[in-house]
Amino acid sequence: MTDYLAARRSADSLELALKGEWRALRLKEIGAELSALDLSGVRTLVIATPDLALLDLSSAWRLREFIAAAERGGTAVSFRGAQPEQLQVLDEALSRDSVKAPGEAHTHESFIEPVTELGHYVVSAARDARSGLAFLGRVAVVMLAAAGSVRRLRPIAIARHVYDTGVTAIPIVALIAFLISVIIAFLSAQQLQRFGAEIFVVDLVTIGVLRELGVLLTAIIVAGRSGSAFAAEIGTMCLNEEVDALYATGVDPYELLVVPRILGLMIALPLLTVIADAIGLAGGALLCRFLLDIPLTQYLNRVSESIGAWTFWIGVMKAPIFAILIALAGTYRGLQVSGSSRELGRLTTIAVVQSIFIIILADALFAVLFMEINI
Amino acid sequence: MPQSGRVILEVRGLVNHFGAQVVHDGLDMQVYAEDVFGIVGGSGAGKSVLLRSILGLEHPQSGTVSIGGRDLARLNYAQLRTVKADYGVTFQAGALYSALTVLQNVQFPMIEHLQLPAQALDELAMLKIRLVGLPADAAAKYPAQLSGGMVKRAALARALALDPQLLFLDEPTSGLDPIGAAAFDDLLHELHRQLRLTVVMITHDLDSIFRNCNRVGVIVDRRMEVDTLARIVDHPNPWIQAYFHGERARAREEGYGA
Ligand SMILES: Nc1ncnc2c1ncn2[C@@H]1O[C@H](COP(=O)(O)OP(=O)(O)OP(=O)(O)O)[C@@H](O)[C@H]1O
Ligand SMILES: [Mg+2]
Repeated sequence: MTDYLAARRSADSLELALKGEWRALRLKEIGAELSALDLSGVRTLVIATPDLALLDLSSAWRLREFIAAAERGGTAVSFRGAQPEQLQVLDEALSRDSVKAPGEAHTHESFIEPVTELGHYVVSAARDARSGLAFLGRVAVVMLAAAGSVRRLRPIAIARHVYDTGVTAIPIVALIAFLISVIIAFLSAQQLQRFGAEIFVVDLVTIGVLRELGVLLTAIIVAGRSGSAFAAEIGTMCLNEEVDALYATGVDPYELLVVPRILGLMIALPLLTVIADAIGLAGGALLCRFLLDIPLTQYLNRVSESIGAWTFWIGVMKAPIFAILIALAGTYRGLQVSGSSRELGRLTTIAVVQSIFIIILADALFAVLFMEINI
Repeated sequence: MPQSGRVILEVRGLVNHFGAQVVHDGLDMQVYAEDVFGIVGGSGAGKSVLLRSILGLEHPQSGTVSIGGRDLARLNYAQLRTVKADYGVTFQAGALYSALTVLQNVQFPMIEHLQLPAQALDELAMLKIRLVGLPADAAAKYPAQLSGGMVKRAALARALALDPQLLFLDEPTSGLDPIGAAAFDDLLHELHRQLRLTVVMITHDLDSIFRNCNRVGVIVDRRMEVDTLARIVDHPNPWIQAYFHGERARAREEGYGA
């Protein structure tokens, strides 16, 4: 029993009555019934449609395919009564010109391919580097130009970015600073206890957190939170033609979108670093008190002994530099977005990955630099 | 235009507010099978919000929406999915998937709801693209590479992908040039005649209304006045009078002035 067809065969002719609702959603079943028909030896095929409740375009297309295949096989096809109108709609739509789905442009596999790939890669990397440089130059110019007047520096926007990137990040930064100092203290305590040198745990925590880890981890968290937010915000504005609208109103998007983010982050990140330092030292104190029985006064004494004139400042000094790097990567990638949501995702990812990479690279360079100048 | 008398879409007592702003307050509307139903109203009257409520994208404070006699609020996921495969939608801004080409956009609902081989998908999608009057080379383009009018057509092609019986259009002719808009109206008229679609169309375009619609619902004072096109133009409400008999409407009636 079939749902969409009733076939009556006599000698070399077949009468096919279509029935039921032929709808796109049932195309699979309809197709199965049509291809199950055996047309061998059929000279004339008559299609009747009085029982057909509905024939939509997709299933009309399937019927048309079926008829074309039958005719190719040498069967004469005719309709009892009028041909369904849908078939004419199809004929009109399909005859406007040849309908072929545009295929993907196929490139031929060959031994040169890796070489061309490499070439493409180098060229695009060079382009990227050049446009990055151009971006940097443009930001510098706009920033210098804006520095002349308070209004063009957009203090309100800067304040918003300080809030978004700094104030709202305090809980997570504090938590991570605390955990990291606990980890350092715990790890070093295990090793140093063997030599009875527990007191040096304090040195490790102090120097480690203040000089390196406080600022580095804060910067990494901020890169993940705010670098991505910058890229996504600006990228969405690019997709909505909001950036074009800014240009058209004579507002420089660099001045409105890029500079306040850089300045805002340059304020927020050092402040976050100070908080991370404080919480880190507090975490160290807690662990020393309860794990190593070093009382708070002794801990504080040891901290002030181990701390050099520069230890704290080396960490905090790096923060604005990291802030610039994060903000530049985020805004630069954001402004590159065009066309599609996929681009937005791709460039946001790149922004975060690159800013984290650049931060760590810069930190390594700083370490070498500070070692060379002996502080 | 024939009217079968079978109610296909019904909205009852719809109430929508955003904070203190009341957009709909007890709105009723009925659409019969094979209607071309025009929704008109001033900017901000709540046409798009009404459409979004019907589609289940907005959660009204009260009121029911039923399609084909089934209250959408009472359906489970699988039932909703079959209802949704039965209607097509175009949004005011197109809402094409930006990461997909036009061809892939049209194929997307097919891939989700039909199990067809790739070649059949290609041909059916191309058919729909041709049907709405897009050139074949538009198929490989991404939405960002289309003109405004092409976006409207591509959105219609995607709405038609599953040959729905019910079509929702949000301002399908806004942003088109008059010739393009007229061609769109003709296209819609043909589709309606040939495929016996029911169309619910939000529009500001008087020409479009007079070309296509047999019934019109006007959102005034947070409710809807529904009547046939012939009768609604004589409705006493001042906004409706101004809408159908204002300066622009007169210019239209007089054949754009001699
Ligand atoms: N998510 C939302 N939150 C708050 N208010 C909203 C929201 N969506 C819509 N509104 C308000 O509801 C009202 C109706 O909006 P809607 O988009 O339905 O207008 P419309 O009739 O489609 O107008 P147009 O013809 O300009 O498209 C407007 O005043 C709008 O500001
Ligand atoms: Mg609207």
